[in-house]
This record gives sequence, C-alpha cells and structure tokens, in this order.
Amino acid sequence: MEKNKKSIGTLIGENGAYIALVLLVIVISIISPEFRTGDNFLNLLRQASFNGLIAFGMTCVILSDGIDLSVGSTYALSAIICAEMLVNGVNPVFAVIVSLILGVALGVVSGVLVTVGRLQPFIATLITMTAYRGLAKIITNAMPISRLADSCESESGAFFFKTLGKGNLEFGPAENPWFAIPIPVIIFVLALVIFYFVLTKTTFGRRIYATGSNAKCAKLVGVNVTKTKISVYAISGFMSALAGIMMISRLDSAQPTMGSGFELDAIAAVALGGTSMSGGRGRIMGTFAGVLIIAVLNNGLNILGISSYYQEVIKAIVILVAVLSDRKR
Amino acid sequence: MNIEMKGINKSFGSNQVLKDAGFLLKDGEVHALMGENGAGKSTLMKILTGVYTKDSGTVIVDGEEVSYKTPQEAEKAGIVFIYQELNVLFDLTVVENLFMGKEITKSFGVCDMKAMKAKAKEVMDKVGVNIPVDAVMSDLSVGQQQMVEICKALMVDAKVIIMDEPTAALTESETEGLFKVINSLREKGVSIVYISHRMEEIFALCDRITILRDGQYIDTKEIKDLTMDDVVQMMIGREIGERFPTRDVEIGDEVLRVEGLTSGKLFHDVSFSVKAGEVLGVAGLMGAGRTEIMQAIFGNLKKDSGKIFIQGEEVTIKNPRQAIAAGIGFITEDRKTEGLLLEKSIAENMEIANLNKVSNHNVLNKAKQQELVKKGIEDFRVKCFGPWHECNNLSGGNQQKVVLAKWVATEPKILILDEPTRGVDIGAKKEIYNVINDLAAQGVAVIMVSSELPEVLGMSDRIMVVREGEVRGILDGKEADQAKIMTLATGGTL
Repeated sequence: MEKNKKSIGTLIGENGAYIALVLLVIVISIISPEFRTGDNFLNLLRQASFNGLIAFGMTCVILSDGIDLSVGSTYALSAIICAEMLVNGVNPVFAVIVSLILGVALGVVSGVLVTVGRLQPFIATLITMTAYRGLAKIITNAMPISRLADSCESESGAFFFKTLGKGNLEFGPAENPWFAIPIPVIIFVLALVIFYFVLTKTTFGRRIYATGSNAKCAKLVGVNVTKTKISVYAISGFMSALAGIMMISRLDSAQPTMGSGFELDAIAAVALGGTSMSGGRGRIMGTFAGVLIIAVLNNGLNILGISSYYQEVIKAIVILVAVLSDRKR
Repeated sequence: MNIEMKGINKSFGSNQVLKDAGFLLKDGEVHALMGENGAGKSTLMKILTGVYTKDSGTVIVDGEEVSYKTPQEAEKAGIVFIYQELNVLFDLTVVENLFMGKEITKSFGVCDMKAMKAKAKEVMDKVGVNIPVDAVMSDLSVGQQQMVEICKALMVDAKVIIMDEPTAALTESETEGLFKVINSLREKGVSIVYISHRMEEIFALCDRITILRDGQYIDTKEIKDLTMDDVVQMMIGREIGERFPTRDVEIGDEVLRVEGLTSGKLFHDVSFSVKAGEVLGVAGLMGAGRTEIMQAIFGNLKKDSGKIFIQGEEVTIKNPRQAIAAGIGFITEDRKTEGLLLEKSIAENMEIANLNKVSNHNVLNKAKQQELVKKGIEDFRVKCFGPWHECNNLSGGNQQKVVLAKWVATEPKILILDEPTRGVDIGAKKEIYNVINDLAAQGVAVIMVSSELPEVLGMSDRIMVVREGEVRGILDGKEADQAKIMTLATGGTL
C-alpha cells in the first residue's frame, strides 16, 4: 500500500513539469498556427539552450544547498574576455578554451567565498555577480565589441567560432537538407545527458546530494564538503561561460550588459523542475522541463503578440502555479 | 483534572496507529506513559490535545465529553503538551517567549514589559526556577529552555502537562532540577503525563504507569507494585531475557591509543587505549567533554596537541576522511542532525559512507549497491518497505540501525558510538547491544559513550570516567558500580 502511494507520488513528481509543458504546447499550438511549425520548434529549442546550459549548472549548485546569482555576470565577463581575445587576433580555439577556464575560475571564487569565507551563498554570489559585471564594463569601457568572426585570421578559426552559436547539423542532401539541428541544441542535449549521468550514476553526484541534504552528516561520513561545494560553483561558472561564448558566436558581438537577469530565468527553471531550494532533492530532467516551459512561454507569447509587460506577469503566474502544485504533493 | 480516554481508534491512511487505546489520569499524579517506539504514545496524547482528531472513541475531562479541535482549545482547558523538540523562539528573550501571543499591553497595544516581567518572575518562583527573564533563549542551556516551556504552560494555568522525553537532552543536575519542579507541581495538584524510555526515571518519579503496545491499551498499574522486568514484559509482550546480552570474546592487541589529547578548554591531557574485541565504556556527566574527545579523535574537532596511534603507528587525523581512512567509524549522538540524511533513502544513506565500495572508477555499480544495502537491511533487521524507504519515516530504533549498518559496512577497526541507544525502545536497544557484541567478537575495538549508567556497566570491559575534560579514572568493568562511577564523575576520589 505504502509502496503504491510512493510510486504514484514519484511518478507525478517526475512528470509534473512535463504535464505542464505538454499542456502549454497544446494550448499555444491550438491558438497559433505559426507556433506549431517544425522550424519554430527548432528555433524554440535553440532559444532554450542558452538558459538551459546555465540552469543545469544552477541545478548542481541548488542541489548542494547553495545558489549562484553570478551566472549572468560570469556569462558576460567570459564572453567579453573571449571577444577581446578574438579582436586582438588570438586563435579562436585557444580563446574559447581560455574563456571556459576563466568561467571555472570565476565559479571557484564564489565557491571559495562560500566555503572558506563562510559567506552565505546568496551574499557570496551577490558579491561576485556585482564584481564580474563591473569588470566586464571596465574592460570594454561599457562599449560593445563586434565583428568577432571577421577578426579571426584563419578561415577555419572563423568557421569554428561561428559554428558554436550559429552552426547547424544538417541531415539529408547537402544542397537541400531535410532538416538542420542547431549546434546549441546539440550541445544542450549533450549537456543534459552528461549532467544526468553525473548526478545519478556517479559518486560525485551522490556527494552533491548528500552535501545539500545534510552537510554535517555528509562531512562525518567522509564527504569532502568544501571540495564538493567549490566544484558545483566551478561547474556553474563553466556552464555560464559556455553559454556566453555560444551567444557571442551567434550575435557576432559581445556586450558588457549581456545576460543581466539570467540568474532569475535559470533559478525559475530549476524551481519549475521541482528541485528543492534548500538542496538535496531534485532532478536534472525536471530542470530540463523547466527550461522548456520558460522557452515555450517566451516564444509562444511573442508569437501570439502579447506585450512584453504582460508576458512577465503571465510567466510569473505559470511559475507560481507550477511551484504551488509541486508543494501540494 | 481527571481525564478518561476510552476506545480510541486512529488511522493514518491504511495504517492503524491506535486500536481501542485508552488512558486514565487523576488529579495531581505523575503518570508514566510507556511503550515501544511506534506504540502510539505520542499519537494518543496528540489526540487529547487536539493536534490530531480521533476516528472514534470518547474523551471525558472532569465528567464532560470533549473533543478539542486545536492545541489552543486544549490549552484553554488547561492541557498543555511539551514536545521533545522544544517549541521555543530561540532569538527572543525568556519573557517574550513566555508571553508570545498573550502579551500584557498598555493602551494602543504597547507591551507592558514591567508587568510581564513581574508575572514571569512570580510564576518561576512558584516552581522554584531561577532564570534571568531578559536572557535570549539561545544563550540558555537545553535544561533551562525546558524550564521556560514548563513555565509557559503554567502561565496559562495548566492543570495537565504532558512531557515527551523531557530528559533526553538534559544533564544529570538539570534532570534533578526538572524532577524537583515536577514534584512541586504535583503538590500543587497539577497532573503530569510523563513519556520516557528511561526506566530508572519512571521508577524514581511516577505514581502510576500506563502501557501501550502496538496502539493498544495494555494496562494501568501503580508503579510500586511493579518491577522493571514487569514493565518491559508488558511493553514488548514477551520475555526478552537478559537486558544486557553477555559476550565471550578473547581480547586481542591494542588497536587505538590516545596520548595527551588536548583541545583548548574542552579537554586536556586525555590518554587511553582500546584493544581489539574490547568495549570501552565512557561515562561522565553531560557536558564533561566526552563527546568532544570523540569528535577530536575522529577529526571533526580541532585538537591543540596529543598523539593518536592505531595498531602502534602514529596517525595524523585532521578531518573525518582521514579518520575513516585510518579505520575509525563514528556514530554520533544526534542521528537526526548528524547521523542521517533524513530526507534520503536507506540505500542512499548506506551508500554515501561506502562510495568506494559501491563504485568502479567513481561510477556507481548497481550490483554492488544492491548487495551492500541488502546485506545491511538484512543483517540489522531494519523494518522498512525497501531500500528506497525514506529515513524520515523510520522509527528511532530503525533509524539507528541504518546508522549502524552504514558504519559497519565500512569495516572499521575502531567504532566509536556516542549515546547509541538514546531515544530507542527496549527491543531495539537489545538488538544494538547484540551488534556491539558481534563487532567485538569480530575484533573491532569499541568505544561506547553513554549517559545511562546501567548500560555502561552492563556492556563495558573497562569504563573510563570523564569529568570537566579530564580522565578521572579507568575502572575495570567487573569491579565498577554506579557509586564508583558517580564518585569519579562528580569530582571525588576512590
């Protein structure tokens, strides 16, 4: 009896966000013919992938009983550094790798503030968020950097850089492909698989959950809580940097103000996915659904021509309903 | 106040917790309510105080049938429940806590602090409690916090006070203080319902006892007509034999030696050793530094100086990871905040302490996971629905078994148990003693910290007595008795 109840509970728990997602897609599809095209769905997935990558990193941080407000600033600062390197003639592959490492380092700073500095995650990442944003503005003098691909010296370097955000994986004959999947979507799905594996199948994943569930207990059974916490912020930094680099590739320009407010979309996606804000409970598949819900809302409401002011209120209501229905279980 | 509860039934879902349970309380008595974990003691009292509603049955208070819908209603009628997890606001002062929600006010709702302080002092004097009314709750000891809870009950003129495991976190002297207060309340005609697993306390304090088993009413008796064995038998419905199982183990070589361990003001110059197959009991008053010494050995508390040797070799232990690597296991005194990932399953709890055993190159291995968890659940007879059963929903005894199982699976050479049977019922206690004996038989060196003297005496080969951070003596288990231990623990010499 108890067992039945539990399995039904987990079933709904796992699928609650998906039910909401399917409902939204059906409703908007009925209203709008433009929404329900294959091209638009691919477009929607591409839009989702940037927030998605950040939200995956955020999921790890929140599971460990932390929060990372600095994702938007890390996204911008890494992208700015990458853009600076490109316009100064640095090899694009090298520039991307250095920017990704920088993202990790920026995350580590937050992690060290949380663990060694014993700051509350909210405050620690509020500090890094402010500092990184400021640095991005200092470096660029608050000006955008553009024509990035053209700055690449080699043809192949420019191709590599452009592919990250703009490229497509095409299926069918080369001159007239059946369909093309955007590279960001492929990276997004790949990241989903990797995060799913790490969180559910590895000892590191277990340590993240244990740390978020009860850090005292985790420490006493030999989990290196400090290392685990620093690692999740490093992961979050890496994912933010990756999303940032993909975005400047797509836009062919970098702005110091890019990504402001991204932390809120990422946190909303994690919350929609049913992850506990106090850590220890949650699933990456939930976050995936949360990311898609937000993307469907953004895309669908735009297509429906709803003013952006109303969009925000509608988004807020959807999140509220989803989180409330989550709590009732 | 006279209370009569009859034929009470209560189910949670399909799980019937109370079947025809009952309870009789007289004016001015201290009435023990006993039963194993899950026998329905708390549920019955929560029905009386309006936390839960009964499915059927009658509750008669002073001749009138009642059914309180909220704890506030019960409180108004004079029945107050003091929970084991105290219900106090830690950041507020004593007065603020006492008058929360019923402040004495001047005009425009301004608090009349003077009047409240005066009233608070008056109530405290009545029961002989002396706590500064301006103190912030979190600065008080647990014992003092409990006294504040009792005073809070008296503020509303309680005629019945229900206490759930009130001494679980109290020091010896605080317990004495509590007993004095309870006795003075009894003289004033207040009835106390006393829920506890501590047999010694029940016999020292209570007038009558009611026993529940599996949600059923068993009997109500005068304490003076009973022996402890009678009570145990009524509680579990069968003979459990010896309270402390005997152990026949060849004691081997020294496994752990501690020399001159010191940490600030907590303890200094602590030296002792434990041999393979030996159980070293650690006795002392609450706050004597026993737990701190163990935490330091396990690397969870900084030590200033001192050496630790394992099997003759000096080891460096700066954190729990190094301690575990050196072969030490540590079962902490507070399983809820330190021992378990409460919201996680039995499997996850067992695996987190044994990640290297259930994985290949850091990737979890399903077969290894299942083997480890299955063995743990079977060996320790954890009552559960399966490995995925959330630890939150296990009884205290079963939670403790999960903690034991997870540490035993790490195959420690030295196992430190801090208050291993706290809040655990008699049946589970005995199972834990059996586990300790089995481990000793396998050559594990066991250190058992306990505040229950009968347990220390019943289980230990040697007994180390700690007082104010110092080792006062190490007694041979056969020669030790309660008097000797208490003499050392309170500063005397033998």
